[in-house]
Amino acid sequence: MRKMGYLISINCVKLLITALLYTCVCSSSVEQKIYVELNQTVPCVRLLNATHQIGCQSSMSGDTGVLHVLETESDLDWILSSGPHPPYMVILETAFFNRSVMMRMKNSSRVSGVAVIISKTGLAHDFSPHTTCPNQNTGVYSERYGSDLANCNVTVWNPLGNGLSYEDFPFPVFALKDENQTQVIRKCYEDHNQRVNGSAPQYPLCAMQLFSHMHAATDTVTCMRRTDLQNRFGINPEVLCDPLSDFNVWTSSRALNISSKGHAVNESVVIAATRLDGRSFFWEQAPAAEGTVSGIITLLAAVHALYPVTQEAPPPRNIFFTFFQGEAFDYIGSSKMVYDMEKNDFVIDLNNVHSMLEIGQVGLRSGRSLWMHSDPVSRKNDDVNAEVLEMMTRMRSAAAGLNVSVAHPSFTQALPPSSLQRFLRAGLIPGLVLADHQTSFNNRYYESMYDDAENLQVTYPPDLSPDEQLVYETDAAKSLAEVATLVARSLYLQAGGENSSLSNITADPKIVAQLLYSFVIQKNNSWLRSLLPPEVTKKGVNSLLSSGPPQFYIGLGPRVHGPVHSVTRFVQYILANLTGTVTNLTENQCQDPSELSSENKDLFSYFWVSGPVSVNSSSEPLCVRASVRLSEAVSPAFELLEYGSRDYSTWTESRWKSIRARIFLVASRELEMLTLGVGVAVLLLSLLATYFISSKAELLFSSAHDTPTTAY
Amino acid sequence: MTLAVFFGCAFIAFGPAFALFVFTIARDPLRVIILIAGAFFWLLSLLLSSLVWFIAIKASNSQDLTLQKGLLIFGVFFSVLLQEVFRFAYYRLLRKATEGLAAISDDDGSAISVRQMAYVAGLGFGIMSGAFSMINILSDSLGPGTVGIFGDSQYYFITAALMTLALTLLHTFWGVVFFEGCEKSQWWVIAAVVSLHLLFAGLSLLNPLYEGSLPPVYFITLTMGIWAFFSSGGSLHSLSALCTRRKAEGESS
Repeated sequence: MRKMGYLISINCVKLLITALLYTCVCSSSVEQKIYVELNQTVPCVRLLNATHQIGCQSSMSGDTGVLHVLETESDLDWILSSGPHPPYMVILETAFFNRSVMMRMKNSSRVSGVAVIISKTGLAHDFSPHTTCPNQNTGVYSERYGSDLANCNVTVWNPLGNGLSYEDFPFPVFALKDENQTQVIRKCYEDHNQRVNGSAPQYPLCAMQLFSHMHAATDTVTCMRRTDLQNRFGINPEVLCDPLSDFNVWTSSRALNISSKGHAVNESVVIAATRLDGRSFFWEQAPAAEGTVSGIITLLAAVHALYPVTQEAPPPRNIFFTFFQGEAFDYIGSSKMVYDMEKNDFVIDLNNVHSMLEIGQVGLRSGRSLWMHSDPVSRKNDDVNAEVLEMMTRMRSAAAGLNVSVAHPSFTQALPPSSLQRFLRAGLIPGLVLADHQTSFNNRYYESMYDDAENLQVTYPPDLSPDEQLVYETDAAKSLAEVATLVARSLYLQAGGENSSLSNITADPKIVAQLLYSFVIQKNNSWLRSLLPPEVTKKGVNSLLSSGPPQFYIGLGPRVHGPVHSVTRFVQYILANLTGTVTNLTENQCQDPSELSSENKDLFSYFWVSGPVSVNSSSEPLCVRASVRLSEAVSPAFELLEYGSRDYSTWTESRWKSIRARIFLVASRELEMLTLGVGVAVLLLSLLATYFISSKAELLFSSAHDTPTTAY
Repeated sequence: MTLAVFFGCAFIAFGPAFALFVFTIARDPLRVIILIAGAFFWLLSLLLSSLVWFIAIKASNSQDLTLQKGLLIFGVFFSVLLQEVFRFAYYRLLRKATEGLAAISDDDGSAISVRQMAYVAGLGFGIMSGAFSMINILSDSLGPGTVGIFGDSQYYFITAALMTLALTLLHTFWGVVFFEGCEKSQWWVIAAVVSLHLLFAGLSLLNPLYEGSLPPVYFITLTMGIWAFFSSGGSLHSLSALCTRRKAEGESS
């Protein structure tokens, strides 16, 4: 009996505790009546370099403002001068997201934040938030080298650039990508904030609050100094900013022994390079289709086309394929590789480099010819000039018989922004940059959120399933395949290969189609899943394979975000699949093959991948051996601790605590003050009344049997 | 809705309770003890009734909204009944205590009369009940937004504060009347108190016409105030005596 009672009381206590815990976890229901949280927003964050800060900043407790949708010029006047309820939170229609509107709002004190609607309706003919002369201070052209070509004197590469990405905004700027969410905001605006017959709207008004407080300020030097101070003297040190960093991916047609660094004896190397990254105005948004993906796909398809021939009939020179990360931010990856080569900390050094071919933006060719850009200043050297002319001849002969033609700009022009410029800073290296533009870029949306599949003219017929779209060869895929064939054949000739083997080198349009689908439409497809390790393909919040195309922003790398950036991983595993061989190692042997005598960790990397999905929808994981490597892409400025360096990239990204947005109604100031007034009045009145009544209590509450006591 | 609204609503809801505490309770430690014990009894009743409601919620289908609303109404009324039961229980406890207090006091009687205990107990119930009604709402009033984006009234905070004010005063008056009824074994008084409390709870459920519940609630408060005044020994005679005394003092000075 007693034990029953004891058990019952234990259960009661447990129930009590669960009840209490449950109430703690739920949010207040009043809060749910007030705020609508906006979950699908993309912020603009603060980036810093040696001298400036760019991007956006909000106050510590968020910026609040009355909503106003900017659809016409009169709306802009309302916001900036005539509206009676400043500060305003501006909802910017796509057509108005340009430099003049943003700068006018930057200089006004009546704007507390901007939310930009990202859509294709109303999109201008061109929009590039990048600068007109990308990377002009860290390229090769300066006062001492080609001064007449420096600072885009002869050719402005990105004339449509408005430089918005490099401005410093004192208010938060968010992007609204989800149509349903934008509709919610519009409805709130139409219900409460619309002007009726030109008169001002009445309270309560719809308002929005944006939180994106950035911890870093001024520039990288200041931020790093403050971080160092915190680390040395603080009890709980907080890092304020992180350098942009990730990894370059490289491979070679003949495997290189990574345990030997510095000059490689008897190795003459032809470098084939392209960039891996892009950026836009907003954080982690960079579809970069024409700017980056065209180059990646071309080089990957060229690797695939070249690989069997280089194994059968190896050319005298080694071909070194490399994908540089971080080129949008003052050439992070290429400057690091050149720095390592100069310090003899890499498998080869600059003396091993015979020549370099870089793939620039090659997607918007539209049946016209490709252009070979070269550096006129280095060509003043006879040897370099001779080699460059040889390269161009080889390219032309490789293009014979293909549906592509190549030409060289007839006038003296600088190199477009490219990794070759960093190599030229270190030494005279003959090189060419292949691009689809003769002078300025053909890309009207360079480094913006609109450089997507549509910009690259990738369209599929309707009513195709995702798997059918994966292998459908679009016109864009066919065009890129031809460019890849040209690149592969030129590289083979450049490496000293025989003319007779050239006809065997053809890029496979199916591979190009699959690459194009994976990089600009949907990365979560069956082909890419089969190439990646099994744990990556598992569904989950941190899965690399979320829906949609991959984003090419470099990010902060493994120091902050865990595993390697997704695009770097994809390229690494795709290269492993295209150039590797399947081995029959088990998973444990694959992770560490050092015990096996037949395997060589110095020459090859071993990848445990999911494998193709068989008919009964199960996949057998297998071990792939390939000579694909990663090399660190961190700016040398951070190794040398020269945070104010002018020679190397010094870009860092600020840290933040929370980034969110919400909408709600605000009441007028008069109502608030009225509430406060009534409250004070009630308090004073009750104090007076109580004092009065309690002092007269004897009189008021006298009765026969109630003895008044001294305890009043 | 910012700091102004926070302080305004806090003053409205807790101003009278604060004034009553400062001028009538704070000086006497015995009254403070009875106040806090009363608050604790109210808290116990809330805990038990919310347990019952919680179990009912967990045992039912969470998707059925009418059922949930019905359970909420049931929970509210059950809580009211349980509060009155605990008020009665507190009355019995205090009755037992008076004998012990009389034994230890210096005078020949108890240091505190039943009427004073009734008032203090009622105030204790009122303060704790007001706190639980208002604190959550106060913390939400600190943010920049006000209620209304889903169509509710924007005067929610002020209305909630005024209801809490009424609730605190009502609990005080009910305490006085209830204890008096128990003393004189007038069970109709207790029934009246319980039914008025149920009526108040029902009025507070009148969403979205929340402001519409204010006039009837204040009418009830006024009525209860007058009843409590007469029940605790006041009379029209003492009121007129007050006025004449003041008039006499005014004339003499």
